[in-house]
Parts: sequence; C-alpha cells; structure tokens
Amino acid sequence: MRFLLLFSRQGKLRLQKWFTPITEREKKKIIRDMTTLVLARQPRSCNFLQWKDLKIIYKRYASLYFCLAVENQENELLALEVIHRYVELLDKYFGNVCELDIIFNFEKAYFILDEFLMGGEIQETSKQMVNRCIEASDMLQEVRSTHIKSNNGLKSEF
Amino acid sequence: MPAVSKGDGMRGLAVFISDIRNCKSKEAEVKRINKELANIRSKFKGDKALDGYSKKKYVCKLLFIFLLGHDIDFGHMEAVNLLSSNKYTEKQIGYLFISVLVNSNSDLIRLINNAIKNDLASRNPTFMNLALHCIANVGSREMAEAFASEIPRILVAGDSMDSVKQSAALCLLRLNRTSPDLVPMEEWTARVVHLLNDQHLGVVTAATSLIITLAQKSPDDFKTSVSLAVTRLSRIVTSASIDLQDYTYYFVAAPWLSVKLLRLLQCYPPPEDTALRSRLTECLETILNKAQEPPKSKKVQHSNARNAVLLEAIALIIHHDSEPTLLVRACNQLGQFLQHRETNLRYLALESMCTLASSEFSHEAVKTHIETVISALKTERDVSVRQRAVDLLYAMCDRSNARQIVAEMLGYLETADYSIREEIVLKVAILAEKYAVDYTWYVDTILNLIRIAGDHVSEEVWYRVIQIVINRDDVQGYAAKTVFEALQAPACHENLVKVGGYILGEFGNLIAGDPRSSPLVQFNLLHSKFHLCSVPTRALLLSAYIKFINLFPEVKATIQDVLRSDSQLRNADVELQQRAVEYLRLSCIASADILATVLEEMPPFPERESSILAKLKKKKGSGKLPENVNGNAELHAEEPAAANKASPPPPTEVLALNPTPPAAAHSLLVDVFSDLSAPTAVAEDHLSRFVCKNNGVLYESQLLQVGLKSEYRQNLGRIYVFYGNKTSSSFLSFSSWVSSSDVLKTQLNVHAKAVEPVIEGGAQVQQVLNIECVTDFSDVPVLNVQFRYAGTLQNIEVKLPVMLNKFFQPTEMTSQDFFQRWKQLGAPQQEVQKIFKAQHPMETDAAKAKLLGFGVALLEGVDPNPANFVGAGIIHSKSAQVGCLLRLEPNTHAQMYRLTLRTSRDSVSQRLCQLLSEQF
Repeated sequence: MRFLLLFSRQGKLRLQKWFTPITEREKKKIIRDMTTLVLARQPRSCNFLQWKDLKIIYKRYASLYFCLAVENQENELLALEVIHRYVELLDKYFGNVCELDIIFNFEKAYFILDEFLMGGEIQETSKQMVNRCIEASDMLQEVRSTHIKSNNGLKSEF
Repeated sequence: MPAVSKGDGMRGLAVFISDIRNCKSKEAEVKRINKELANIRSKFKGDKALDGYSKKKYVCKLLFIFLLGHDIDFGHMEAVNLLSSNKYTEKQIGYLFISVLVNSNSDLIRLINNAIKNDLASRNPTFMNLALHCIANVGSREMAEAFASEIPRILVAGDSMDSVKQSAALCLLRLNRTSPDLVPMEEWTARVVHLLNDQHLGVVTAATSLIITLAQKSPDDFKTSVSLAVTRLSRIVTSASIDLQDYTYYFVAAPWLSVKLLRLLQCYPPPEDTALRSRLTECLETILNKAQEPPKSKKVQHSNARNAVLLEAIALIIHHDSEPTLLVRACNQLGQFLQHRETNLRYLALESMCTLASSEFSHEAVKTHIETVISALKTERDVSVRQRAVDLLYAMCDRSNARQIVAEMLGYLETADYSIREEIVLKVAILAEKYAVDYTWYVDTILNLIRIAGDHVSEEVWYRVIQIVINRDDVQGYAAKTVFEALQAPACHENLVKVGGYILGEFGNLIAGDPRSSPLVQFNLLHSKFHLCSVPTRALLLSAYIKFINLFPEVKATIQDVLRSDSQLRNADVELQQRAVEYLRLSCIASADILATVLEEMPPFPERESSILAKLKKKKGSGKLPENVNGNAELHAEEPAAANKASPPPPTEVLALNPTPPAAAHSLLVDVFSDLSAPTAVAEDHLSRFVCKNNGVLYESQLLQVGLKSEYRQNLGRIYVFYGNKTSSSFLSFSSWVSSSDVLKTQLNVHAKAVEPVIEGGAQVQQVLNIECVTDFSDVPVLNVQFRYAGTLQNIEVKLPVMLNKFFQPTEMTSQDFFQRWKQLGAPQQEVQKIFKAQHPMETDAAKAKLLGFGVALLEGVDPNPANFVGAGIIHSKSAQVGCLLRLEPNTHAQMYRLTLRTSRDSVSQRLCQLLSEQF
C-alpha cells in the first residue's frame, strides 16, 4: 500500500497515512487529486480506479470517504476489506464511530491504524488481537472523558 | 458503550479543536491557529519546566495544526523529549509526532535513534512495538544504518513476543524497500523462511509479506519457501472455518494470509516436485470449487473476501500458464463474473481476462466472451469499467476478430469520455495496422479516426498512415480517392487536411483521370481549406501545391497566381513566406525535367516498428510516484514532455522535397520516424541493425537506455557502452558484464572495465569494452546488465553487436587483380552463394552505403554489368588474415539478389554471407 486518506464529502481531509516517504508538496497534490477524483464518482460505480500506475480503492462510509492506494499487483477486493476492517476497529473502539470521533480523537485513529497496518502491509488481521493491543495500551493511560458525540455512526455503508 | 471514556482525553486539545471547527472563515481559523502557536511557543520557551502532560498536549496540538495543512517549524525537540518519557501515552504521542513530521533532519535523528535504541532494548513489548513502528514510518537511511542489523535478531529471537515479531518483520520489509543495501539477510534467510511454520497466524502473515519482498529480489535464496507456502495454503483451504478462530473473516478462512501465500507462489515457476505440484493444483481446484458453493453469508464482506482469494488463485494459474484445465476453468469463472451484478466483479473480471488473453492456452477461450465485452463497452455506466473493456478488447484482438473489434471501438469513440479518447485512438490505429489484410480497410479506419476524434489523433498516427500509403503502391489510388472524398465534407479536421494534402500531393495523379477529381478540382478543394488551417498545415499545403505543379502542368498558372499573391509572398510567417518565394521561383525557372527530379514521388520508408506502439507504451508508463523523497517529482513530470520535444519532427518537414533515398539513413527525412520508433523493448532484429553501423541505441526500456559507440582497427575493437538512467531515482548495485559461449571465448576476447555501482537518476555512465578477435567466429557475445530499481532487481540481456565483419579492412584493387584472385579462390568450399528476396527497396545508393558500412571497399568498373556491386576486404584476426571478395547482383525485376562470397576460409565465407544477406 502507498497511502490511506480519509476525507469528508466536502473534501476535508480527516486522516492521512503515507507508507512511502513523499515530499509535502507531492502529498498536497495527491490529496487534491484524490478528493476531486473520488468525489466526482457517480454513486454505485465500482470501487476501483486506475490512477497513474496505482490502483485506487475507495469506499464511502456515512459522511466519510476512505481512499487507499495500492501497487498494481495488489488484490483490490482485499484492499476493500482492509478499509472495512479498519472501520470495524474504529467502531469497536469508539462504539458506533462517527466522523466527529475521528476529528476529536485523531491521535487514537492513528494509533489504531498503526496496530493494524505497518509499512504498508497488514500487520494483524485479527480484530481481537488488535483490540487487545489497544485496550492494553489504554490500560496504561489515565482515564478521562471528554466530549459528547452525535449518533449517526459510520457503519452505514454506501 | 460510552465512547471515549477510555484513554486520556486532553481537555485543552478538545477545546482547541472545537474552536477551530467553530471558525466561520478561513481567516478566523488562521487567526486562531496563530494565537495557539504563539501560546505554545511561549510555553515551550518559558522558564517553568513543563510537566509531561502539558508537553504531550501541546505537541498534540501542533500535530493537529500540521495535519490541517499548516507549517510547523518548532516543537520537534519537545516531541523527542517525550520519547524518553516513562509514561506510555506521552511516549506514544512523541512517536506519532516524529512519524508524521520528521523526514531526515539529521541532528534530531541521532536523538531519536537513541530513544529508539533504548526502547528496543527495554524488553517491554509495547515500547518495542512503538519503536519499530517509528522506524517503519520514518524509514530513513540513518535509521536503516542504525538498526538494520538489530531487527532481524529481534525477528527470529525465541523469546520475542508474537506482536513484536510481526512488527519486526514488517519493519524489516520497509527498510529493505528503501535501503536494500543496508539490510543483509543472508545469515537470516533460513530462519525467516521457517517463520512460515509459526503457530501464530499473525506472525505468518507478516512474515509472508517480508518473504515476498525478499523473494522478488533474490528468488534463489528463498526457494525453500515454496513448499512451506503450499503446505500452509493447503491447510488453510481445507480447514473448517472455525479452526482459525479470529483469523476467519466473514466465514472465509484467513483471506489475507491466503492471498499473500498465493502472491508468494507467483514469484516462482510451478513447483518441479510432482507431489508438491499436485498438492498445489488440488488447493487451486478447491478454491475454484468453493466459488460454486452457495455463499455462507449475504454480507458483501463475505463475497469480497472469498472472491479476493479466488482472483488471486486465478492470477497464480495465469502466472504458471501451464495447466490447460485450470486455465480454462479460470476463464470460465471470469466469464461468470463478467455478467455478475456487482460492478466490482465485472471490473476485476475484465482486468484479469486481459492477462489471460495473452496465454496461448486460453486465448481462444477468452475470445468466446467477445459479445459480453462489447456490450460492457456499450452499457456500463462507469467509465473505469468501460476503460477495462477497451483494454480487454485490445488484448483479445487477433486476425479473426480485428474488423469487429475495431468497428466497435470506433463506434464507442464517438461517445467515449475525453479522458480516454487518445488511448483508444492509439489502440485502434495499432490494431488496424497490425491486422490489416487489406490496406483499404486500414486507410478507411484511420480516416474514420480522424473524422470522429481528430483532436485526439496524435502526429504519430497520421505520420504512420502516410508512411504506409507510400510504402504500398496497391493502396495509393484508393487512398487518394478516399481522402479526396473525405475532404468534400464542409467541416473537416485539420489532421485530415494534412493527410489529404500530403496524399494528393503525392498520388493525386492517380485519380486525376476522373473529371470529378480533375487536377483543378483537387487543387481548389485543398485550397478552400487553406485559410482555416494553422501555419504548419499551410506550409504542408504549399508543398503539396508545388508537387501539383510537377504532376499537373495544366494547373501551374493557377498555382503560381496563388503563390504570387501578397498573402503568401508577404506572409508574416517566415516559413510560409520562404516557401512561397522559393516554390514560385522554382516553378518559374526550372525545366520540366528538373522539376520532375526535384519533386519526384517520395521513396518508400524503411520498415520499422510502429511509432504508435512506442507512444502507447510510453503513455502507459508515465506518472510513476517517486519512490523516495530525494527523487525529484518534477523530473518525472518533465520526462514525457522532454521526450515529446525531442521526438516529433516539425510537421513542416514531413513533406520534404528532394526524394532522399533511404540509403542516407541519417538524413532528416528518413529519421522523421526513426526517432519515434526507438524500440521500447528489445527489438528482435536489433543485431542486424548494427551489422553495417557502429553507433546507435542498442536497448531501450522505460528505465534504461543503452547506447553504443564502437571503433575497430585491424583485429582490435573498442566499444563505449553508455547506460542512461531514464528515471529520477538511482539504480543501485549496478553491474554489467559480457558473457560468451564456450566456443566464442576461444575466438574472441572481450574485456569489460568495471562501472560504478550507482547510477543517479537522469545520469549516464560509460563503460569501455576492449575486444580482440583471435580467430574467425560466428557466435554473438551477450551484454548482461543488472541493477536494482525501486527495490526490484532488473536483469537485462542484450546481444552485443560484435560480428566478424567488424574486423574488415577495405582493400582497393584493379579489375585485373580482382579477377585473378577471384579465380584463385575457386575451390567449392571457398565460395558461398545465396539468392534471396529483397526485404527493402532496391536502391543503388542504399546498397552502396550498406556495403561500405559492412566494411569492404567498393570496386567500381570491375563488373561488366554496372548494376552489380563488387567489393574486397581483409578480415583481421590474431591468428590469421583472411582475404574476402564479394559480388552482389540485384535483379530489380524479380526483386531478388544474388550474393556470392569467396574467401580463403569456408567458415568466414559462410558467416559473412549470412550477415550481409540479411541487410538487403
């Protein structure tokens, strides 16, 4: 995998993860390309695009687009399930996750992603394992609670 | 479950994020951010030492600001401090900040590396994982240098926790991709392969990813992984889904691991061991069988995971390309997917079938789906799916279905999305040329292309049609008639005017007999378009007019009037003005004979690889993402532009006036196309191109260009080989050497000087090869080039054009001497004769140039028939000198040649005859 981007329907970037070193300028260009490309897609199109020499796999969950770029020989359907597994992990952690969770707890979204993917490859495909790791690290943290959240969860797929 | 009750919320951060979200305008947001930055800066600079929590909170805020797209130029030091905190949450934020913001700031890297080292040594798995993640995320060379030797040890250590092993495997993979030279794997190979047997499926998955990467680079070292992978795969596909517990994903057993194992097997040919091979075949059959079972769940995740494994298995079957039954089953399965209601599956089926179409076992089976693919082209709502359908039609095209496919693609072009039109145009042009049995169909197709999508027809395409019409006299009359008719349309594309102008200028006479297309009608038709055209087209039309003056003396006066008009003679454009003046003058002073010579019909173009094909290949390859930060992005962007600038000639030059014989291969006219057709892959006949010349491009791919300059004196030669890196990133571990067959080794000494192991992006290096001819030879040495690019090992083998005739020294002699020696060499084995059909136009000058390039002296006035050529020379080798005489007799009527060679050594005669006869 080369990169993973999460952005809203308005094109606001919510999370970016780059698995190969890229300059900031290049990143900005890619983000712009991806948002315009993906947001312009008709509903019920297929989830795959060819972009330069990469395959783009994207999927919309509620208000958020998940957009993953992989090398040409990678398996598209499984990349789609990488996205889904990540959503499941977020959901398990936040409980009916929504865009606001990711905005306000962006660092957690990154931590969860890091337990799941590493260096552009899947690290742990077992949901239980990932959750156990995250829970274990949470045990090490002081318990506090903050904001109130809305109810429209990401799990509603498009 | 109450959300976010776990972990530590940072209240200040949440407030800040809310503030930002409440900002009504971009200005307000920037203002709020600047306020916060000032606040954080003062906190960091303040005298009071910050506690860990505050430091973490501020670093986290900076991170948030950075992720919003603002620049952050401080806080790095505080983040590094957090790394050495004992509190996990602080350490974690520190690492996150470093991973996101630090590239390779050298003074910080040392501090970061220090903290990582401590964490790796801590034996605390959570800390070790954080450290490994950081290395994988940053992945800089400094980090690779510091940890490359440590990580394999962690990976194979008996007491490492599973999760640490997983991180270590992927961390190693990452370092191996960026700095392969720093990660020595030799001593670890066996133990890494052994991880495929690990109890923990997570460890196996991570290890498989690592082994795939390593096996792609050095397949031999990891050959043992094949049998382990097959065993593992077979255990997964036959397991009941509950066996694998949480590694079962929506009722599919370990899909990620299965796909990775199948990928690993694609690094190798089918196993030779029959037991292993049949076990693998069984696995693949089981996977194919499972696809026919009813789904275990209605969820899309279930079918996605199941089909992901299925498609990867099909990819392996196609890769092996050896089991016809499996290939046909794969093709049938994909055929089912072609009509599936899921758009994703239709897309993927089209994509996989493209590769299947190139297998000889399944090409016919793929062709049976043509109607489905055509209907996909017409009915799919999604442009990406239609694009795949075009690709598949292109891949499945052969002589039997070319007409249907080209017609469908042309039809689709009328409504196709603008983004893919140019590619379709190229594909249609290539197919039409490749499968044309009847060239009138080809001409019709190209003219249709111009009519439907003129704007997307590149120069290469219309150059090519002209090239073909000129080379085939059976289609010239038809082409003239067809363009004449096409030009009747009130609005026609400028590209059509160009093709029309050129073709009528050359072959207008072939249709001039019909009063409906009399010379004057032709001229008026062309001239009616003149004022709507751009300067290059007008220039081309002016050349067509002067050709008309030669073809049709009756319109001379009309054309002279046009040339004489102020709008031509005083045209603001220098090129147009010059042409008008010169052509007018030429038409006034030159006699009919001179005109006829100057304006003679264009000679045929030498046969070449289609330049359009090169263009399509180039188009496909453009737009790579740079692999590393240093790889300058602009370089990539400029590459195609620069190539374009260099290759197409100015269009005004296409219609050159003097018929230059193709012999003068260096002339502008003939090179018009040759620049474009630089072979993108190893051209089959590249060796024969070098028989009569010493310099040129030997090999070219998207990555590398290999050029040659060679000099020979007596029995010694020196070749300068130039290796040009066409990419923007470096070639690593570059090496190149020359290998020869055992026989050749005793006949020819080749000494290659070593080259630097690194070729920077865009750079060119030179290698000197010294060559000595010991005795006459007929094998060809091979130039081997090897390097790593973007992590993969590239191997290239090209035949090196060192042939016996390179050691020729031309010899002049009188007619008398020649015949005397000719008689002396009369023994039957000394003479070799060959009669062959001409492959190229039979031009006297071309033949002369080739013979001189071959190395002999041409002897004039020796042969009683002036059309024949005779030549003489001496082949120098260390052991002997061999005198050679040759005679070449062209028979233009039969389009045949007879070549006779007499030398004192029969092996020399044979080899030289073989080499030379392929040149005509």
